[in-house]
Amino acid sequence: MSAGFLARRALGTLAVLAILSVGVFGLLYLAPGSVERTLLGTRPASPEALEAIRARYHLDEPVVTRYLRWLGGVLQGDFGTSIRTGMSVTDAIGSRLPLTLQLTAYGTLLAVLLGLPLGIVGAFRKGRAVDRAASVTAVAGMSAPPFAAGLVLLMAFAVHLPWFPVYGAGEGFGGRLLHLTLPALALAIGAAGLLVRFTRTALVRELDKDYIVFARARGLPPLRVAGYALRNALIPILTAVGLIVTSTLAGTVLIEVTFALPGLGSLLVDSVTFKDMPVVQALALLLTLLISLVNLLVDVAYTVADPRVRFGEDTR
Amino acid sequence: MSIGETKPLIDVRGLRVGRAADGRTLLSDVSFAVEAGRSLAIVGESGSGKSLTVRATLGLLPAGLVAQGDVTLAGRPVSRDPKALRALRGGTVSLLLQDPFTLLNPLRKVGKQIADGLARGKRTPAEIARRLAEVGLSADVAERRPYELSGGMRQRVGLACALAGDPTILIADEPTTALDVTTQAEVLDLIRRVQRERGMAFVLITHDLRVAFSMSDDVLVLYAGRTAETGPAAAVRAAPRHPYTRALLAAEPPLDRRLTVIPSIPGTVPAHDAVLGRCGFADRCALAGDACRDGTPEPRPAGPGRTSACVRADVLAATAPAEPETAPEPEPAEGSGPALLEISGLIRTFRGAKRPALAGIDLRVGPGEAVGIVGESGSGKTTLARCVVGLERPDGGAITFDGTSYGDLRALPKGERARVLRGVQMVFQDPYSSLNPVRSVGAVLAEALRAAGRDGGKAEVAALLDLVGLRPDVAGRPPAGMSGGERQRVAIARAVAGRPRLLICDESVSALDVSVQAQILDLLADLRSSLSMALLFITHDLAVVRQITDRVYVLASGHCRESGPTAQILDSPTDPYTRALLASVPIPRP
Repeated sequence: MSAGFLARRALGTLAVLAILSVGVFGLLYLAPGSVERTLLGTRPASPEALEAIRARYHLDEPVVTRYLRWLGGVLQGDFGTSIRTGMSVTDAIGSRLPLTLQLTAYGTLLAVLLGLPLGIVGAFRKGRAVDRAASVTAVAGMSAPPFAAGLVLLMAFAVHLPWFPVYGAGEGFGGRLLHLTLPALALAIGAAGLLVRFTRTALVRELDKDYIVFARARGLPPLRVAGYALRNALIPILTAVGLIVTSTLAGTVLIEVTFALPGLGSLLVDSVTFKDMPVVQALALLLTLLISLVNLLVDVAYTVADPRVRFGEDTR
Repeated sequence: MSIGETKPLIDVRGLRVGRAADGRTLLSDVSFAVEAGRSLAIVGESGSGKSLTVRATLGLLPAGLVAQGDVTLAGRPVSRDPKALRALRGGTVSLLLQDPFTLLNPLRKVGKQIADGLARGKRTPAEIARRLAEVGLSADVAERRPYELSGGMRQRVGLACALAGDPTILIADEPTTALDVTTQAEVLDLIRRVQRERGMAFVLITHDLRVAFSMSDDVLVLYAGRTAETGPAAAVRAAPRHPYTRALLAAEPPLDRRLTVIPSIPGTVPAHDAVLGRCGFADRCALAGDACRDGTPEPRPAGPGRTSACVRADVLAATAPAEPETAPEPEPAEGSGPALLEISGLIRTFRGAKRPALAGIDLRVGPGEAVGIVGESGSGKTTLARCVVGLERPDGGAITFDGTSYGDLRALPKGERARVLRGVQMVFQDPYSSLNPVRSVGAVLAEALRAAGRDGGKAEVAALLDLVGLRPDVAGRPPAGMSGGERQRVAIARAVAGRPRLLICDESVSALDVSVQAQILDLLADLRSSLSMALLFITHDLAVVRQITDRVYVLASGHCRESGPTAQILDSPTDPYTRALLASVPIPRP
């Protein structure tokens, strides 16, 4: 039962990736100007150079053949060469991917550490001062765009109070942690606000249910009762965490620029500015893959959290 | 903690529940005590405050409500000590809730949920198996989750959970109301057996007088948040000392005969604060005099071990209750003339289901005839009704209504479909979800009238409201402020707006209180003769079927087990299933 469900979900993810790969491949042809000129970059457009580009990228072949050729390369990890630097795209991305993944993971972790407890406290102290304070903080957090929050954090904790570095990625684990704290916090603030709302709403709904009253009536310890409610509120919370991972990943683009971090985000900005199409394509596909994987993971987590999910809609 | 033989395990004195925000009182002056091995049923209709009583006793009131009064559990005063009360929950006092589908943690294995309530050190598989065996379940149930169990099994698990801490006091709030008749009987037997074996003090909350009298030694009748009457169950049943109890008993439809009119109680239960300083029942009471509206009547002794809050209890005791008139059994009209509704070989199988919901049902309703369909959940009775009105598409068989034949009503040409739907209308079970909450009653009825080809003007709406016993000023109100009985009247008015020839009632009285149920049954009987329409009455309640139908079909698992004149089927059933159904109706203890 479970294996079948997972296989179906994995196949669905593959299908989505296949469709998106066509779109990503098409980016090159949607860019303004001729394909040859785009691929040539800033080099002089002599007839010989154009001819060389045409031959190298097989531009005389039909579109379908070119797509399959590109896809074949992609599947072997070959995204071509960067127009801007002449480096292999795979190497360029490979050297920057860890930083972005670390930043995303750190940001998500902070968001969960901030948002989950606040949401839980709000739900258990519904209507009291703590709850209202948590809700106001959550709304304020959600209203702050990450780059703006990042600038404020920079001014406050790197310039006025020189606790954290202003830019750069840092060396070693400790240095990296120190350098990534402010950017991760900037990403986490809005995400934590979202998580507070989701957690609180889901928990409040569960706490009103009969099984909680019954659990209290038969004298289960308060922690166990809270555990019952949390376990049943897990699906909406997981949904929110999935959203947070993807939004944090997307948010790294601006944050990396704000904090001058050499990650995928700053690479994407540079490549778009330069119309470095192979890199843009590779990055778009990579982000698509990461987001699909996160969604797949969330789906898998659903089935662990609530076995009824596997049986389709027929749940109570 | 040693308790003397005569000391009650649970002792509640002068309980009062109020809303903190506006100072309104919902319940006051409720007192009761139960000794070890004894049982008390707290009986009342919705709004009487019976659930609030137990919630307040256990310190589990919803947010915003506050309780006053003295509660002593197993000799320990707990009303001013929430921590002590919390410590007593589970090990001394436990509560079983109504709905088996919501009372268990849906995601936790049953065995673990039972273990959560066991004392540390006792959480072994052997102990869990023993606990499951006590409630009649096999040990392998421990590994299952609630959604894999039936309603009856879930309520058994609920009982095992409630008993896990070995309480000396068990409180059960409507523990079987959500269950089928036969399952209800099994679970009631189980609770009674376990209570006796363990010698627990037992408090049962119920709206069902039959269940109350069959389960308990004593009863406490609540009305509008006050105690109306208390006493030994048998004595109260034989000779009530409060007019409300007497009216409630009379409103309970009998199983063994048909009444011309079921004696209903006019009006509805008022709020506690709406009847301050007088008897809350006075406005609905035939015996009421000036003394009843002059001060709140206090409970006073009314015989051995009994109290009554009626100032005219002596008058009541002196007058014998009017014996309700028994109606002659209806003449079976079967076979005379063409049928209004003829169903033959109706089959419906739901996708993924192991067996068909309907496995070839034949059914006939003559013009003006009242036909009952009796069955438990899963019998196919609702699917049958939904097929007739086109809410469900049958897989086989034919339906003929008033000369129009169809399988799938929605496949008929528009004109014919509209003709069928004008002729047959449906009243659903839950009056709270079957009315659009944002539209006024008048708008709902005007729409129904226009759909039936009438103009739907104010006068017509008023006439329609009058037909179902509602005042015309109801038209301007949304359903939100209305009681269940009033809402069901609106739903019936909507259904009969186009003067249908057949009215299908799907459990239309089973969500209502007894006194209101009697009103609605009387209304349906009146409408049936005044509008000369036929009734197809679907219910699980055999006593109700006795009162309102001429013929009955007994359905089980999609098959028709038995059919014939109602009196004959109920008095001398031939099918074992019908006999089991009849045997499941709770009978008072001798």
